[in-house]
Parts: sequence; C-alpha cells; structure tokens
Amino acid sequence: MPLYHNDDQAMLADSASQFMAEEGAIPKQLRHWRDRDCKDGFGHGLWKQFGEMGFTGILVDEDDGGLGMGHVEAGIVLTEIGRNLTPSPFLTSGVLAATALKHGGSDLKGRYLPGLISGEHVFAVAIDEGGKHRPERIATKAEKSGNGFKLSGQKDFVVYGASADMLVVAARTSGSDDDADGITLFAVPKDAENMSHNSVRLVDSSMATHTKFDGVELDGDAVIGEVDGGREILNAMLDAGRVGSAAEGCGVAAGAFDMTVDYLKQRKQFGKLIGEFQALQHRASHLYSEVEIAHAVTIKAQQLLDGGSEKASLMVSVAKAKVGKAAGLSVKEGVQMHGGIGMTDEYDIGLYMKRDRALQEFLGDHYYHTSRVAELSGY
Amino acid sequence: MSELEAFRSETRAWLEANCPAEMREPVRDEDDIYWGGRNATFKNDAQKAWFDACVEKGYTVPAWPKEYGGAGLNPPQAKILREEMARIGARSPLSSFGIWMLGPALLQFGTEGQKQRFLNEIARGEIRWCQGYSEPGSGSDLVSMQTYGEDKGDHWVINGQKIWTSYADAADWIFCLVRTDKENKYKGITFTLFDMTSDGVTTKPIKLISGSSPFCETFFDDVSVPKSYGEDCPAYVGEINRGWDVAKYLLGHEREMISGAGGGENTTTIGAAMKRRAAKEGGELDPVLRAELAQFDVDALAYAAMGEKFLDEIKVGKAHPAQPNMMKYVGTELNKRRHELMMSAGGSTALEWDSEETSGGKQPRGWLRTKANSIEGGTSEVMLNVISKRILELPGS
Repeated sequence: MPLYHNDDQAMLADSASQFMAEEGAIPKQLRHWRDRDCKDGFGHGLWKQFGEMGFTGILVDEDDGGLGMGHVEAGIVLTEIGRNLTPSPFLTSGVLAATALKHGGSDLKGRYLPGLISGEHVFAVAIDEGGKHRPERIATKAEKSGNGFKLSGQKDFVVYGASADMLVVAARTSGSDDDADGITLFAVPKDAENMSHNSVRLVDSSMATHTKFDGVELDGDAVIGEVDGGREILNAMLDAGRVGSAAEGCGVAAGAFDMTVDYLKQRKQFGKLIGEFQALQHRASHLYSEVEIAHAVTIKAQQLLDGGSEKASLMVSVAKAKVGKAAGLSVKEGVQMHGGIGMTDEYDIGLYMKRDRALQEFLGDHYYHTSRVAELSGY
Repeated sequence: MSELEAFRSETRAWLEANCPAEMREPVRDEDDIYWGGRNATFKNDAQKAWFDACVEKGYTVPAWPKEYGGAGLNPPQAKILREEMARIGARSPLSSFGIWMLGPALLQFGTEGQKQRFLNEIARGEIRWCQGYSEPGSGSDLVSMQTYGEDKGDHWVINGQKIWTSYADAADWIFCLVRTDKENKYKGITFTLFDMTSDGVTTKPIKLISGSSPFCETFFDDVSVPKSYGEDCPAYVGEINRGWDVAKYLLGHEREMISGAGGGENTTTIGAAMKRRAAKEGGELDPVLRAELAQFDVDALAYAAMGEKFLDEIKVGKAHPAQPNMMKYVGTELNKRRHELMMSAGGSTALEWDSEETSGGKQPRGWLRTKANSIEGGTSEVMLNVISKRILELPGS
C-alpha cells in the first residue's frame, strides 16, 4: 500500500480540513471555552457535529452502526484537530473507547455505541496511575463481590473524566501490580456510586481528573472482554490511542510550523524580512524535514495497525517518539522565532506549545516510547 | 493471481535459478563490487555468472527500456524486483556511475543515437564512466567552474582541472562539465562526453583521511574532443551551453541516490547488534549509550518510512521536486550519527587501523568515510538552502 492517502482518504481529509478550520477554529472553540472557564473544556455542540459528519463512527464496525474504517482515517481527523487545536473528546471516545468496545459483548455495544456515534455521549479512559504513563503496572483493584466486582484505587490524567458518560477503567483482578496478566477492563457509568472526580484544568486548557474508586460496585456485565483477559484489549487501545495522538501531534507540529514560516515572511528587522536570515532559514528547513518524517512514520504505523501487522506496535512507538520530538521542536522553534509576541497570550503560537506539552504526556512521552522501541528491538 | 503477484513468483523463481549463493553474501571488500569497464576482471565465477545472467535478462538496469539494454519494468515491477533481491540478500550485479548518473541524464535529454550507443554499453558493463563536476575553486558553488573548451569548429580543445572525480583512474569515459561560453555563467556550460584515454588527460588519486583513494584529481591539457561521435550521436548531452540544466537534473538524481531512499544501510537499526557486541566481551551497554542508540533507531526507522513514502510519491508525481534535498540532508546526517555510535559501542577495538581481526580497520575507515556523506553531492548546508528557497519559499534565499 503506498504511503499516501488514496482517493477516498483524500476526500475525507478535504472535508475534515474544511470542517475543522471553520467549526473547530481556535477562536470558536479553544479560546471560546477557555475564556468562559468551561468545566468540560470542549463544546458538546461541536461533538454532536462530529457525529453528523460521521467522524465519531470511523473506528466502529459497520455491523455496529459505524463506518468500519481504520486508523488512517481516524488519523486524518486527528491531524486536523491538531492543526486547529480543536478541543474534543474524539481521541478518548472515538478512538480509545471505540477500540475497547470492539471487544465488548453485544450488550455493552448496544448500551454505549449509539451515544458515541451520535455524539450525544462522551467517553473517557482511566489507565494511568501517577504522573507518568506506565501501563505495565496497574494497582487499581477489582475484587469479586457477589455477582460482580468492587473497584478500588485511583486513576490519574483521566482526560475529560468528569464529562464522561462512561469510563473505561483498567483494573487488576488477579496477580500483583507489575504482572502482565490479571487485568480486566470495566465500563463504569458516570453515576456509579463511590466514584469521585477531582477535576483539574491542564496547561492546554483541557480538563482531566484524578478519579477515586472507593469500593465502586459493578455488575458482571460491566466487564469488557474476559475477566483477567484485559491486557490484550488494553494493548489494542494503547496502540490505537498512541498512533492517534501521534496523528494529532503531526497536526500540532504542522500548524505551528506553518504559522512560523508565515511569520518569517512577514516580520521585518534590520530592514529585512527575518526569513532572509540564513540562521533562521536553516533552522526552518531542518524543522521542515523533521515534521515531514514524523508525518511519514505516522502513516506507516497507521497502515501497519490497520493491516494487523506484527510490527505495528513497534512502529506505533516509533511514531509516537518521533512525533513527540518533531512537534516539540516545532512549537519551541515557533515561539522562539516569533520573538516577543510569541510569549503573548493574544498570539496563537503559545497555544500550540501548550497543547503539544499535554499531548506529549498522553499515553507515553518520547522517552517512554524510545525506550520501548529499544525493548521491542531486544536491547 | 494478479499480474503483479505472477511477476513476483516468476522473479522469485528466476532469482532462485540464477543468483549464485556467493552473490547472496553481504559485500565485504571493494572487489566484491563489480564496476564493469574495459579493464574489469571478475573476482570469481559466481560474480561473472550473476552478471551475465542479469545482462541477458536486462536486470543490470531493470527499469530502462528493453531497446537500451534494460528489462522495461514498470515502477511496481521494479519495486518487486528490489524487494525480492533484498529478501535473498542478492548483490547488485553491476555498480556504475553510468547506471546511476549518465543513464538517467541520457534517458531525459539524450538523442536516440546516444541512447542506442551509450545506454547499451552501460547496461552491458562495457564502459565505466566517471563524473567531472567539482573543481578546486568550485565546490558548493559549482556553477563558477572554469574548465574551458575552446571552440575549434568540429572539436573543442579542453583545458582545466576537475577534483573529486570518483574512480577516475579506473574509468574509461567521463561525463564532464566544460565551460564553452565565458560570458554566460549559467548558460555557458556544456555537458560533454569523452574518452579518458584521450591525449592530455591525466589522473592523480587523492588519499583521504580513511586511507583509501576513491577520488582523483583529473587534469586536462589541450584535450581534443570532437563535437560528434557519428550520426545522431553528439559528444554533449542536451544543447551546447545548456549543460547546467542537465547537471541540475542529475544533482537532484544524485541526491536521491545518496539519500538511500527506501532502505539503504543507514535505515537499519543498530541497538540490538551493539548490545550483542557488548555481550560478547561480557559487558553491557552503558545506559546513556543505550538511550542514544534507541534515539538513533527511532530516527532510522522513521526515516525508512519517509524513504518509502518519498519513493511512492515520486512514482505518481506527488513528491515536491526539491524533496530529494531533504532526503539527502537527513539521510547523510543520520548515517554519520550511526557510525559515531558504532565507534563508541566498539570501544578501543574500533580504533584498530590495520589489524587482521578488524579486516584492516574496516570500522574506523568506514566511520571516516561517512564524514564525506554530508559534503559530496551538495553539503548539508546547501541542502538546507535549497529547502529554504524551493520548498519553504523563504525570501531572499
């Protein structure tokens, strides 16, 4: 398969790009909700529009009412989200929860997929424990209790957790904290008793929660997949979410890069356009190379994942690591080359820097994924 | 079975039948590479058998048209052949600047007579070519070159000096940039073809920091070059005084080649091999070195994907025409980094310059050789200039 978009994908890219530039634009969404101190951190109206556009069902099978597309297509939407810094629960709901629900029974699918596809409902995933992404270790416990389970522990960095109608929670049903096995995934509804959210605003104006489970009682039918068999589903979610956040990162990198190159062509100092200075030209050209490569490896990882390749997981980490470095460079160079106005809230380049920082951390930063590449490669 | 699948299985069977086991071993020494030419000798029977089989099939230049010695493969077929050769580790049957450089120029700009003669000679490995571009005073600023061909009606008399002519001392013919109009910088250069045994041509190898001498200085003292080699076969490619167009086209092509797009050795990972190497001596990788190896491997794998995307896009005309400059910049910088890390992982063993155990210092010599990657064919700095101007369209660059 060639590493560029086919005709259908190019059409989707056109419509996603136009939609996001109009409806998801920075003044209309990110600044709008931020400046109103919105407790959700995104607009439910826009999320419903995602449903009308069909974006929400991209990763949902056709038999379940979705479009049955793949990660290339989800990535197309995410890249436009990144380019416009559009706050939305697409990554947590349309990618991560949708991937989890693929493994759920018909009961769970029937309960949650219609709300996902219509954009009526929002979903969050509760994986991380502590400040750094380390899903190999899961201490949150779900103990057998009657016909169901009792969930206790704390999850952190639950993005849009307080707005979610359902949370996918990774918990331990057997073994010790560092065991690969013994993980079970649960679909925890928002009104579950003894679940409490400490909601915090993050640097990029998105919202996340520290979520406590103090003996949350769950029915057996809240289990996604098999009891103790959650690791495989979790890994599928992680691959999907990581390659998705890499795609969004590509958009962030490209958005910041385009703004910066435009600025180099407008700003005058010493009687010259600053883009005439070779010192800046070389840095911009180096950045161009990095952003292009990040984009290429992301498409590669998406295609491998869609094709079910055994190399997919490695390439997903390569993509997440590479995009992390490239997008980080793009926003840092962006602020520096903008000079003083790059430091102002009025100018958008700083918003790219903030979004990049939050996205870097989501499902593992480039240090985590670089190290994972080494492990998967045998060293 | 689709046509391409059928082609794949045919190709696989043909390779199985025609590529000797010895030709599936990695290249170890310089004489494992066959360059062809009037004075060429084969290292062994296997090298000859593999070469002969490929000439017969058109596989020394698989994508060239059949009438010029190729196999006329379309891009998907050529990709399949590359993949199938890579799968069994088949060596290239013939390496040559004729294949990489002059051939593409002739295919683009040559007359029918030139193509019939020169392309067939190249495909059959009969003539070994070298490239005369750089001069002592004209490196990155190539267009300032001075080697002059004085017009004598039916011939030119050429005087001047080229430098960094790869393997000039072993080459039969040269494709050479010659100034034919001193008044016109860009439109005063002719892309000339002539025999290296002509009177007045001398070569002198240049010893590099790696100890080897792949390059020469080449001197022209009153070299007489006819303007034509027969009907429809001029001694220049394109038009007289318009050789810069050909040179620019070829520089783009060379940058693609050097960039190792689509999976040269600089796109393979090294971390695991370096760990095994350390383990052989009972050691383990320093954690900071491990981290740098991992960062390199991430970059190498990402660059390999970029190479694949680049080749895919070139085929359908989607790639930016200046994109090879980006590939060349990143690919060469990556290869230098790769060798730096291998030197560090190798420790003092990697310092040995001529011991038998190290195959004559293969590693340090290879490391030093890579330092030229980002100089030859346009420096990294020039590549960044070109990206600024042609892709980013930054002002005044």
